[in-house]
Amino acid sequence: MSGRSHTLVVQSKKSDPRNAGLLVDAHALGLHGVTDIQCRDLYFIEGDLGEPDLKRLAGELLSDPVAQTAEWRSAGGDAVALSNTQVIETARRPGVTDSVAEQIVRAAHELGIAAVQRAATGNSYCVGGDLSTDDLRTLAERLLANSVIQHYNLGAIEPTFPQTAKGSAKVDTIQLRELDGDGLLALSRDRRAALDLAEMSAIQGYFQSEDRDPTDVEFEMLAQTWSEHCVHKTFRAKIEADGQAPIDGLLKTYLVAATNAIAAPWVRSAFVDNAGIIDFDDEFEISIKVETHNHPSAIEPFGGANTGVGGVIRDVLGVSAKPIAATDVLCFGPADLDPNNLPEGVLHPRRIRSGVVAGVQDYGNKIGIPTVNGAILYDEGYTANPLVFCGCIGIAPKGKHASTRAPQSNDRVIVLGGRTGSDGLRGATFSSMTMDAQTGEVAGASVQIGDPITEKGLIEVITRARDLGLYHAITDCGAGGLSSAVGEMASTAGADVELTHVRLKYPGLAPWEIWLSEAQERMVLAVPEPALPRLQALCDTYDVELTNIGHFTDTGRLRVRYAKEIALDLDNGFLHDGIPQRKMTAVIAQRSTTSGTTRPALTGQSNERVLLALLATPNVASKSDVIRIYDHEILGGTVVKPLTGLLNDGPSDACVIKPIGTRGSRGIVIANGINPELGKTDAYAMALNVIDEAIRNAVAVGANPDRIAILDNFCWGDPTRPETLGSLVEAVRGCHDAAVHFGTPFISGKDSLNNEYLGADGERHAIPPTLLISALGIIDDVAKAVTMDLKAVGNAIYLVGSITPTENSQLPSAHLYRALHRTLQLGLVRACHDLSEGGLAVAAAEMCIGGRVGMSLTVDEADLFTETNGCLLTEVHPDNAAEFERTFAGQPHRRLGVVADSNQLRIASPDQQFLSVAVDQLVAAWKTAS
Amino acid sequence: MENSLLVNDMLPRALILHAYGSNRDLDAAQAFELAGAQSDVVALTELRARALRWADYQLLCLPGGFAHADALGAGKLFALDLTTYFADEVTAFVDAGKPVIGMCNGFQALVKSGILPDGRDEFGSAAPTTTLTFNAAGHFECRWITLRPQSETCVWTRGLSEPIYCPVAHGEGNYTVIDESLISDLSSQDQIALVYANADGSPANGEYPHNPNGSIADIAGVCNPAGNVLGLMPHPENHILPHQHPRWTRGEGGQLGLTLFENGVKYASEHA
Repeated sequence: MSGRSHTLVVQSKKSDPRNAGLLVDAHALGLHGVTDIQCRDLYFIEGDLGEPDLKRLAGELLSDPVAQTAEWRSAGGDAVALSNTQVIETARRPGVTDSVAEQIVRAAHELGIAAVQRAATGNSYCVGGDLSTDDLRTLAERLLANSVIQHYNLGAIEPTFPQTAKGSAKVDTIQLRELDGDGLLALSRDRRAALDLAEMSAIQGYFQSEDRDPTDVEFEMLAQTWSEHCVHKTFRAKIEADGQAPIDGLLKTYLVAATNAIAAPWVRSAFVDNAGIIDFDDEFEISIKVETHNHPSAIEPFGGANTGVGGVIRDVLGVSAKPIAATDVLCFGPADLDPNNLPEGVLHPRRIRSGVVAGVQDYGNKIGIPTVNGAILYDEGYTANPLVFCGCIGIAPKGKHASTRAPQSNDRVIVLGGRTGSDGLRGATFSSMTMDAQTGEVAGASVQIGDPITEKGLIEVITRARDLGLYHAITDCGAGGLSSAVGEMASTAGADVELTHVRLKYPGLAPWEIWLSEAQERMVLAVPEPALPRLQALCDTYDVELTNIGHFTDTGRLRVRYAKEIALDLDNGFLHDGIPQRKMTAVIAQRSTTSGTTRPALTGQSNERVLLALLATPNVASKSDVIRIYDHEILGGTVVKPLTGLLNDGPSDACVIKPIGTRGSRGIVIANGINPELGKTDAYAMALNVIDEAIRNAVAVGANPDRIAILDNFCWGDPTRPETLGSLVEAVRGCHDAAVHFGTPFISGKDSLNNEYLGADGERHAIPPTLLISALGIIDDVAKAVTMDLKAVGNAIYLVGSITPTENSQLPSAHLYRALHRTLQLGLVRACHDLSEGGLAVAAAEMCIGGRVGMSLTVDEADLFTETNGCLLTEVHPDNAAEFERTFAGQPHRRLGVVADSNQLRIASPDQQFLSVAVDQLVAAWKTAS
Repeated sequence: MENSLLVNDMLPRALILHAYGSNRDLDAAQAFELAGAQSDVVALTELRARALRWADYQLLCLPGGFAHADALGAGKLFALDLTTYFADEVTAFVDAGKPVIGMCNGFQALVKSGILPDGRDEFGSAAPTTTLTFNAAGHFECRWITLRPQSETCVWTRGLSEPIYCPVAHGEGNYTVIDESLISDLSSQDQIALVYANADGSPANGEYPHNPNGSIADIAGVCNPAGNVLGLMPHPENHILPHQHPRWTRGEGGQLGLTLFENGVKYASEHA
């Protein structure tokens, strides 16, 4: 240890704004005895500091003297409790990223206080109420400290500074050639490799033929490269399904096949790159990727979601595009779940939700990308396995990526961005396994916390380096870290890397840890030597670190050295193609024949009560509290915003972006479709439904239905269970059929399997099969975009499409959406909103809420809440009604009523009125916070 | 081509500072260009490394963002960069009476470096008297708000009679003073340039959400006593085009934030 450590306690003069939320959460988590929580910030500073230095640090750097007070205590000093409270303090565990701590050291030096050596941060909570020690511990464990990244103390906490890692600088050999089957499986388990016997045997065979045993670096790299996460074994497996011909790869047979069959000329890249790419206009191409970050978000919600956003942004940077918009679809357990019914080792859904939302907010807002589209769903099936889908859209000059795909021999292997630490080890295999109560503890090292400002620097450097032509190839560091990024780039040629050149956050990492670390905010580029000085100059301007770790070769082998000694020497062919194709068995369940609506189970209630209850269910209710904590305005291109209407609070079907710097009036449409409710009963029907929903939403705001591309995200349970695999097969088959039906190609996708949690009681908790479809569309003229809010009294309301229950899995004709698009192009439609959860009544209610005006409709009572594919409500000026109807000739459409000045939503059949609710009541129900 | 260069040479030039983590720099650049200025976004590192002539610029802009991740308080370390490395340049710019604007993170930096509300006494030295602290609601918030321009001293707001409609997007925008008597000082010196208002332009009177962050006296923006330096939390640079208005599909429009930039650029042209 060098120097003394000091703890500075910073406290708001007025009540800290965090206090109120903490108290609400404490009560919701069952700690009703807590009467008050007051939050203070702790800064641990190490260095030989005198009183004047401490005073300056406290007053000029660590506190805001207008709004806060600061005092300090030396190491070993007591925590000062406010009157009638007890103190709980928290601090980060060693090795957990703490970017504020890094800023403290840097800024103290900038201030001229050079004696500051190390820093760390924590929190101090003064808790009021008649609470026992056990109560305080419960509060700390349930709410204040996540044991994966933090530790706590009842009283003053000892500072924890960034520490030296414990690994040795030694390459080990793994005795593998002589092992029998059990031995191979034991090795796979011990090193958390998640490889099966066939895969382990293939590795054994390779090293037998090389006449040596593998190093730990080689074994770990193979485990990551061959993980489900990286290589999608299930989607490439040969699947035997009862009574059917074997399927030789779900990806190839269904998804790629659909895209090939559609053969859209505007698709630039499908399935082969980090992101899918389509044409935007003559100058630009646009790209999209949607990733999941489920397991990391389950154990550390903030960091998991935070790095999920950061990771998908790097996917888009990895196709040399500038990220311009973000999307987030989140699935949680019920917020009101009884804390006593929580499986062991699982965080409460409230806590997961607040952490995930804060993580998305932190990354998206700070990096400066608008979060413009998303969804939040609640289901008990997501309690132990929340789903966090993070998407990113990017733009690049046309053809830019196609010219930067292949490293050339002797190009330098350049790492840009953050330093490498022991964070995020074995993340790829971690996400490929079922979780249990010990997962949080064991996988602590997999947890990462992002640093969006470093990644912002990467965007600045890479977009400029791209325009200057400074690199031949680029890819992001995601799961598997450098091993995966360099391995992928070198897969057609070869590379030679020296691990001691990699810059580390702290010393003491083992060679395999350096190679595998999933430390965030890093990109790998293949840079010709002569371009290096110019790239270095760009990096200097934007404070980005550049590290030269080796060169690309044409040897067909990947070689990695540690201090010149060979640590890894693998044949590319084996590394990338040596994995045996999995053979799996699926049992396909009888398609469900239940009919009717999936959601309302409110039989015997009046229609009014059913509608109000539906509006208040968490899956339908307003998400404005979350939407507003994301910046959706930055970059100035958000033309149709996530919230719309008279009071800027109606729920948009999709968003429209007019990217800054593009000419003309063309825009991008972003939409999504998701329906786990159907996934529980009929995965095929779900696939049709969510593809239809994503397209329908995009067309509703103005997208051209013939210029929409889609992405899949499959989140399923353990695919080695034949029934689980069977429902996955059905969903993928549905994806193919719906994509071909609409002529809407898939351009990218992702699967996250093994979303299961094995409780301490041996009970398995699996998620409902969940398919997210994300749509990326083009609108030729953003001035033709339409929003969902009712515009004017007296306008006619039409139903477009015909109501049939979703379980019947019928799709509307593609011509229906083409007709709708024509009416939008002609300016005939003032408002348009799709029917989804809760059917026609909910869609109508939302349109009334958006416009704060009433509506009178005539429909069959049976159709009121029916959930259906292919239906929308449109608002049309009476003068345009005839032309509207002409345009829909031959397609189902029906005039249902008018926008009324009654301030009531009234729905009747020809003989009787059966629903009448004041718009104010609709608003009140829909805004019920959960 | 030559012709356009000639014309461009006559336009006032805006220097947009890009701190480590600035992110609304391009939004600001677009606003200045639409308002009739040229703009250069220049990284602070670049400004330190090469001798760029601040005197060649007629306007200075500190854009929105999260400089240094807003660690230790929003704008705090942006302010530290300014006071450590650019104190002379910024002081010269301000003292020359050239228009300076800081939006959101830029406002936070202007306040925390002491340039606002009165740079002569405080820049980097004396104890601060005002700050921008955490929103009263306790979280970041992005929503459209109405601003009433009300200072005739401020070169950016003088002559503006229409309200401005634009988004806020911040977590630390709650304007707070160490002593409430400061408000009457600011008011009497006509330094309260912009206040949060109801949709009809009447004062928000502290009521959420029209006053989105709990700022005292509904203060959204303040200027220095000379009126050339304006800081504000909202983002007028995100309402410079009709299709940015949240209700353009309802036929609504106007109240552009662009007017603020046009005013500043016009002043710079006339006083170059």
